[in-house]
Amino acid sequence: MASPIEQFKIQPIVPIKLGELDLSFTNSALAMVITVAAASLFLALGARRRALVPGRWQVMSEMAYEFVANMIRDNVGDAGRRYFPYIFTLFMFILIGNLLGLIPGAFTFTSHIIVTLGMALTVFVAVTLIGIFKHGLHFFSFFVPSGVPALMMPLMIPIEVISYLSRPVSLSIRLFANMMAGHTMMKVFAGFVVPLGAATFGIGGLAPIAMDVALTGFELLVAFLQAYVFTVLTCLYLNDALHLH
Amino acid sequence: MGEDNKPPSLNDLGERLRAAREHRRADRQHEQSLSGGPPGMSGLGWALRVGVEMVSAIVVGVGIGYGLDWWFGTKPWFLVVFFLLGSAAAMMNVYRSAMGYGLAVGYKKPEKDGEEQESATQGNSAGNSGGVGSGSSSGNEDGER
Repeated sequence: MASPIEQFKIQPIVPIKLGELDLSFTNSALAMVITVAAASLFLALGARRRALVPGRWQVMSEMAYEFVANMIRDNVGDAGRRYFPYIFTLFMFILIGNLLGLIPGAFTFTSHIIVTLGMALTVFVAVTLIGIFKHGLHFFSFFVPSGVPALMMPLMIPIEVISYLSRPVSLSIRLFANMMAGHTMMKVFAGFVVPLGAATFGIGGLAPIAMDVALTGFELLVAFLQAYVFTVLTCLYLNDALHLH
Repeated sequence: MGEDNKPPSLNDLGERLRAAREHRRADRQHEQSLSGGPPGMSGLGWALRVGVEMVSAIVVGVGIGYGLDWWFGTKPWFLVVFFLLGSAAAMMNVYRSAMGYGLAVGYKKPEKDGEEQESATQGNSAGNSGGVGSGSSSGNEDGER
């Protein structure tokens, strides 16, 4: 029986070596390319017709667009509009990556912490730079909590800085842990099907199958929810950097 | 729509939409009061989020401490100090998200922002239901029964 975590193994498809660097095109990279292609196809199909009374594809892509646009308007306000392309790309990439990862046998690249950390660090660095460019040195007043006596400042400022630095970590762990835990759990239950079925003339195998069906539905929810959480937190961080309370 | 074969009038539809919206909003508020988290989040999701928030701050604190120790060769000291600072930051993260201050570092005026958000969502929903139900303010009681 395959191990439940074997699904996360990275295998090179086209090995590329650049000196010491291993730049192989892996199954993870393939999954990302497929995701980008699927997202582009989805939106291109949706935008092809541009009917006043939209068809199914157009409704779906308009829903995605409006969902992210509303999220930005609610959480960042008008100043966030300029960053819509980036946030929308992030949302679609994570969402479609999560959803395609649910296809049996497919690879879920969001279940690798290096991928989510890469995205989270990009968001973190971008948001910090936006804050610094927008507010200059005043940005660092962000780390000075209000209503704290001056005596406490040497203690509070490092705490605030650590709290700020923990953002990309929590952002990446949340997405990665949810995806990895869900997929591992599904595989564990799937692993019970054959042994239990063999021991009880096929009847016992039905219970883990039912569990996996339920988990698949749950994973669909998680796939969407985690894409949403990642983007909404990006919006909140962007809001902090733009408006600096 | 099954009682009589007449298609429902627009007024009727507006009324029903408004009722459904009210219901949904009440549901959401109830859910929020149950889980104590932000709207649209289950208790488990909320717990996971708080847990991750806590772990990540400690991870960052320990990482910084370990890195500084490795840099300066002062084996346990920075690690100890930054572990404690990281734990404090973790508590603060949890406190902030639990109190609904958002995840903002250096959050200055929680009351004002909370009010703003609330009024914004209320205004939004009020605008919606007003827009739909404006034409249906009277004379649609007999549609259903």
